[in-house]
Order: sequence, then C-alpha cells, then structure tokens
Amino acid sequence: MEFFTIWVLPALIIIGQSLLLLVALLVFTAFILYADRKIWAAVMLRRGPNVVGPWGLLQSFADMLKFVFKEPIIPAGANKGVFLLAPLVSSVLALAAWAVIPVNEGWAIASINVGILYVFAISSLEVYGVIMAGWASNSKYPFLGALRSAAQMVSYEVSIGFVLVTVLLAVGSLDLSVIVMSQTDGLGTRLGLMNTFLDWHWLPLLPMFVIFFISALAETNRPPFDLVEAEAELVAGHMVEYSSTPYMLFMLGEYIAILLMCALMTILFLGGWLPPVDIAPFTWVPGVIWFTLKLSLLFFMIAMVKTFVPRYRYDQLMRLGWKVFLPISLAMVVITAFVLKLLEGGAA
Amino acid sequence: MEQGALLTGLPAAFFYLFAFVAVAAALMVVSSRNPVHSVLYLILTFFNASALFLLTGAEFLAMILLIVYVGAVAVLFLFVVMMLDIDFAELRTGMLQYAPIGALVGLVLLAELVIVLGGSSFGPETVGAIAQPIPDLAIRENTAALGDVLYTEYVFFFQLAGLVLLVAMIGAIVLTLHHRRDVKRQDISRQVARTPETSIEVVEVESGKGI
Repeated sequence: MEFFTIWVLPALIIIGQSLLLLVALLVFTAFILYADRKIWAAVMLRRGPNVVGPWGLLQSFADMLKFVFKEPIIPAGANKGVFLLAPLVSSVLALAAWAVIPVNEGWAIASINVGILYVFAISSLEVYGVIMAGWASNSKYPFLGALRSAAQMVSYEVSIGFVLVTVLLAVGSLDLSVIVMSQTDGLGTRLGLMNTFLDWHWLPLLPMFVIFFISALAETNRPPFDLVEAEAELVAGHMVEYSSTPYMLFMLGEYIAILLMCALMTILFLGGWLPPVDIAPFTWVPGVIWFTLKLSLLFFMIAMVKTFVPRYRYDQLMRLGWKVFLPISLAMVVITAFVLKLLEGGAA
Repeated sequence: MEQGALLTGLPAAFFYLFAFVAVAAALMVVSSRNPVHSVLYLILTFFNASALFLLTGAEFLAMILLIVYVGAVAVLFLFVVMMLDIDFAELRTGMLQYAPIGALVGLVLLAELVIVLGGSSFGPETVGAIAQPIPDLAIRENTAALGDVLYTEYVFFFQLAGLVLLVAMIGAIVLTLHHRRDVKRQDISRQVARTPETSIEVVEVESGKGI
C-alpha cells in the first residue's frame, strides 16, 4: 500500500498530466497549422484551405490521416537507423521541452529550479534532428540543408542565450514560474499605477524582446530564415527524402518548436498567464486562456513575418547573427547589469 | 547526500540505468564502424552523464553539460565528421595500433580519479583545506551557490580560463582568416550610405547619338 501511494500514484498522475498536455498541444498545433495557412492565404488574397469541415477547420486532421496512410519510403542509399531516428528526435525533443512550461500558476508538469536552462538546452538539441536527417538521407540537397542548419542554429543560440541572461539578471531566478510572477511588479507599479501589462518585461527589455523574436524565427527555421529548407535552392532541404509519417513528425516537431518559442516569449516578456490589467473582468478569465491568447498573438506575428519578409541570403543571415545581434545582446547584458546595480536589487 | 551513503531504491535503479547506458555508449563510441555513429553515441554518453549529474542534485551542471557539449561542441564534431571523406576499411586497420595509447590515457585518468575521489583516505587533512562547505540544497539553489563561489573565491581562475579561451579563439581566427583582395565583397555600411546624388547621374541623351 505504501509502495502504491509513494511511487505508483505520483507516476500515474504525471503520466495523466503528460497525456493531457500532449493531446491539448497536438490539437492546438493542428489549428495553428491551419491558422498559418489561412493567414498566409489571406495576405495573398487567396482563400486557403476551405474544403474539409466548416471553413476548412479540419484540414490539418485530414492532412495527418493522409500522411499516416501513405507508404514510408526509405532511400536505398540511406543509413536506415539514423534516417528513421531523425524525425523522432526532432518531434520528441520539441515535445519534451513543454514539460516545464507553466501555462497557469502551478500548472507545469515539472516545476524545476533551472526551467529556463532546461528549455534552452532542449531547444539547442533540436538541430540534431535536421543534421541527422541531412546526413542519413545520403543525398546532396538534404546534406546541404543539414550543413546550413548546423551553422545557423548554433549562431542564433548565442544571442538567445544572452537575451535569457538579461531576463535572468532582472528576475534573479531560473524558475519559469518565478519569472512570470516577478512581472507583477515592474515599470508600471514604479510609476504608481496598478498591476498592468506595463509591468511586464517587454517594456524595459524591448530591444531584447525584438532580438529574441527574430532569433526565435532563425532558431525554428521559419521564413525569412528558412534557408535549411529553402525550396528555391534546396528543394526541401533535410526533408527531401522523407515521406509519410516520418515527414509528418518533422512538420509536427517544427510547429511545436515554434509554439515553444512563442510560449517562451510569453513567459519571459509578456507576463505568462497574468491578465493585462489586474481588475475585475480581466481577472475572471482563467490564466491558461490569457496564456493561450498571448501565444496565439505571437504566432500571428510569426505567421505575418512569413507572408511579407523575403528570404535572407545565407551570408546575410550569418552577418545578422554574429555582427548585429551578438554585439547588441552582449552590450544589453552589461547595460542591464549596470542599471540593476544602480537600482540595487529591484526587479526592472 | 551524505558522504559514503549507498544509493537505494529508485535513485539507485536510475543510477545504474544511466551509468550502464553511459558506459555502453562510450564503448560504442570507440568500437562503432562509422564515425558519424561514433559521434551520435558520444552524444548519448553526454546525455547520460548529464542525467547522472541530475541524480546528485547538480542540476546546473547537468543543463550546462547539455547546452555546451551536446548543443554546441558535439554539433561541430558532427559537422566536421560528416564532411570527412573516410575510407572505413582503412580506418579499421589502424585501430589496434592506437589501442595501447588509449589504454595508457585511460589508466592515467583512472589513477587521477581514484586519487581525487579517495582523497579522504590518502590524506584526510587535505580535504578540509580544498573543499568549500556545500550549502544545503533545500536552502540554496546550486546555481546560486556555484555563482557565489565562482565569482568571489575563484574569480581569478575564472578570468584565467576565459583568457585561455580568448587566446584559443584568436588563434583559430588568425589561422583561418585570409583576406583575398580579388574577391568582391558586400559592404553593408557603404550600401546604406549611398544616396541618389552619389549613385544616379541624369544625362541628356540626344536622339541617335547615345551616351
């Protein structure tokens, strides 16, 4: 009996929570995919997916079924084990990072001390999915895509790391929940206002928010930085040889990684589950709704970037990462530390 | 965790799991036929080492191991190994002649580890002098505890390590940077500084003559 209460019950609870999050996340991803296509279509004055279900809402599910029922083709020259491991790596890692994301107060599967480092570590591993796929396909376009992604993702991780450092300096903790709760007190309350969206980190750390947003695009291979899978140059990059379920896993991993970056921006800069104004009608809404709304807003911005920014050239991408973002973010770390020292201990 | 206390229960099971996978993966690094597979096994080894760090409560070290070694160093490893044009058969023949050297390095490392870990039995008085008092994990997060020691007690060593890395970085840049004069390069500041006055010339062209 004791064994049951100490080991089995908590394990069952964790499995239940994980399944709930997984299902919620996958359904949300399906609609995010649909939203991405609809937004893109709307900007181009097209209709976008509109056949399956009302307004085409079920398009993603139809696509998923189609992928699953197709035959997976493994090229003869491919390294079979690594070839099949790559899509698994990319989707499982993207999902694994969600374990520490708090979507409401106390609503994280694992609330760990070094939550932000964990997310950063997992997102820095996502490059392996692409590299392994590129190498194992034994074909030149995937290989070129893999080489590009290795350099691109490592470069932009550096500036993401520095952005995280500035936020950590301002908060003084690596715990994601603490980072959110520290945003109840900030610039707005210092001016004598009540708790509003002015307290959140986006305002004092605005340059870092912009850098993080752009770096997140590069880190997740979104346009305009989708050089890994640039169809005009590399056909589909690392995914050329993939079909059926493995291909679907890549798409899934990609979109969940994008959502992860949106969630991270929500937590770091937009006050997580906190309501925009701390008065009656806003506080009635549950925190998870606010979290989802902020997430969706950020995804909308990412989708809009895809529609109206042309693709970067590879050397310009590298220049932006190393010669523009790195110095700015490094300088901001020093400036933030200096300002915090002047304010002595107060959260920015 | 108390010194010398044996692991029991679930932590012990996880310890043996991670340790076993780490050792097995390390063996595969040396013995697998394909160098890319070797690097992938190396990554698996890093992963398990980081899990072992987590088991001892050193979560900061675990995450840094993942970020620095797996997320950056191993990516570059893989990058280089993938681009090598290797004859696998030839690679196997040279394997045995390096084995003694490898064994020697392994032995030296083993001896050093034994001396460090068994330090208390070799000279009990040295341990107190070198070890910092470890704060209770419940009171102090080990990220903060590490920072407290690193930036006060060991700040010069920290700076020195940074300096070594800086020198290595400059060395690598000096070795690889070639400024070729005959290549056209993009100069962003020059492009941005261009105005219509400096780049456009308005000419009256008479018909039938050209410029």
